[in-house]
Amino acid sequence: MVQERTLPAFHGTPAQITRDEGLMLYEDMVLGRYFEDKCAEMYYRGKMFGFVHLYNGQEAVSTGVIKAMRPDDYACSTYRDHVHALSMGVPARQVMAELFGKEAGCSRGRGGSMHLFSAEHHLLGGFAFIGEGIPVALGAAFQSRYRREAMGDASANQVTACFFGDGTTNNGQFFECLNMAALWKLPILFVVENNKWAIGMAHERASSQPEIYRKANAFGMAGVEVDGMDVLAVRTVAQTAIERARAGEGPTLIECLTYRFRGHSLADPDELRSKAEKEVWLARDPLKRFEAYLLEQNLANESELKAIRQKIQTEIDEAVHFAEEAPEPTPEDLYRYVFDD
Amino acid sequence: MAETLMFNALREALDEEMERDATVCVLGEDVGHYGGSYKVTKDLYKKYGELRVLDTPIAENSFTGMAVGAAMTGLRPIIEGMNMGFLLLAFNQIANNAGMLRYTSGGNYKIPMVIRGPGGVGRQLGAEHSQRLEAYFQAVPGLKIVACSTPYNAKGLLKSAIRDNNPVLFFEHVLLYNLKEDLPNHEYLVPLNQAEVVRPGNDVTILTYSRMRHHVMQAVKSLEKKGLDPEVIDLISLKPLDFETIGTSLRKTHRVIVVEECMKTGGIGAEIIASINDRFFDELDAPVVRLSSQDIPTPYNGKLESLTIVQPQQIEAAVEKMAALQV
Repeated sequence: MVQERTLPAFHGTPAQITRDEGLMLYEDMVLGRYFEDKCAEMYYRGKMFGFVHLYNGQEAVSTGVIKAMRPDDYACSTYRDHVHALSMGVPARQVMAELFGKEAGCSRGRGGSMHLFSAEHHLLGGFAFIGEGIPVALGAAFQSRYRREAMGDASANQVTACFFGDGTTNNGQFFECLNMAALWKLPILFVVENNKWAIGMAHERASSQPEIYRKANAFGMAGVEVDGMDVLAVRTVAQTAIERARAGEGPTLIECLTYRFRGHSLADPDELRSKAEKEVWLARDPLKRFEAYLLEQNLANESELKAIRQKIQTEIDEAVHFAEEAPEPTPEDLYRYVFDD
Repeated sequence: MAETLMFNALREALDEEMERDATVCVLGEDVGHYGGSYKVTKDLYKKYGELRVLDTPIAENSFTGMAVGAAMTGLRPIIEGMNMGFLLLAFNQIANNAGMLRYTSGGNYKIPMVIRGPGGVGRQLGAEHSQRLEAYFQAVPGLKIVACSTPYNAKGLLKSAIRDNNPVLFFEHVLLYNLKEDLPNHEYLVPLNQAEVVRPGNDVTILTYSRMRHHVMQAVKSLEKKGLDPEVIDLISLKPLDFETIGTSLRKTHRVIVVEECMKTGGIGAEIIASINDRFFDELDAPVVRLSSQDIPTPYNGKLESLTIVQPQQIEAAVEKMAALQV
């Protein structure tokens, strides 16, 4: 019998956000949602190929964590990486062009949906195989500590956020990296997007200890469970973890309880998740909840929110146009980027 | 000149590069306090500190991936594979991330890192600790692979590998660490992509690398007494193969013997022969002969182990037979 999860109450004092912060967070979440909706449309119209894993429903995690970070901090993602890229500041047109396989894409058409990279925006990458991005993120975090302590660079206090799903917490690299991060007090946030399902494997059927944040105890590090559908709750938890990391106090494991509103990928018929379960989570849509919050708190009015949605819709439409018009990589450049010459 | 053992030549290379560039760091199991499984990193942590010579937990895939992330963000990590066979456990990080990530990222990142350590068949170490992985990795795009064979080339190659902006798999051989050689007192580098003509000759081209270079040269002593004149080329670079040097030699001798410690099936020799056929078939007077290890897990028993790998007498016989062919 699969037990229904209990969402943690948001125990912190209510996050104090300014109107500008609220609008910034909302805009980022809308960008993520609208971008993914457009991807689904493009996929079904035959413009996009391969495996495309969408982020709909999980926006509060990407926005909550990344918008609590500095621009020179790092983020590392998985195959579900479009929205992390956008939150990190990679322009929508560059992400869309990548999904169209164009040279103007952020990975120059060579990575595709599962492999978005941007050195400029400190996006370490999207990684296809379960768990393989975690050690890479650990390396970026190690580099921060190394520069600070072995090279005497006092300004080297960048934090790395490493995103992955619940299925990944059953992989050896997860445990090995938590061990090393705690051992060396590395400035890293391990952010688990616990959306309950690894394709068709329910979390409770795969994990003997389903409460992932408790695994932090084994390594003597901070572990926090948070409502992943509440952007302010996520943001507050992230701010605390980031502050701890910058202070040299080491890593935090953050379990965000969230849900994807679409199948694992657009090729997934999504038959195992029950209609009732989906409805429960759809009712907790992070964008709708945050809209309601902004209105109730008088941080924004309906016309301002509508203007943001229209602005983003235009940005997405422009990104598609850009991606369609952009040239393909040239055959002569087939071997380019294999080595750094 | 200074008489130097191979493991100290490697240590000197690490020391010089760490002195030269603060982003150069070493990590792996027992590299710090213990000084490395063959003492290549001995006492470096006392000079550079524990972060720059980092003892890691036993988690090969994860610390290799950590090195990838550190390299992507500006460090120059050197991983010691305590035994290079352990790299099987890190194959995902070496192939997907170290090798392919630069391309997959469209050039966003470069990954300057070195993975070095003892490989090859030792003295009765048994199957798992006697592996030759160079052929497994040769097929991975984006990796450079070298195999050192003398104190001189070991030091110069390792310095070049550390300065290279690409991931380099640096194969040492477990039985060569105590080789002695007089090394220059001045700094020198050995290029990563070039073979070495160990002995110019006219009769037969022998292509070899790593420990087998020494078996070949042992055979050459006998062959010289019989009036034969083989050319010996130490490939050094296993990826890319140095076809300029190979081609120059082959156009002179028109006969090739490959001597390797790799397995016959799917070994480096197989790739060499395929490439020679592609490029130089018209120059050949005879099919290329390949002397390789037997296709078995390396047995513990000493006599069986000796039968597994190529011995000097076999090389001698192969050269005599090849040279005797009339065309």
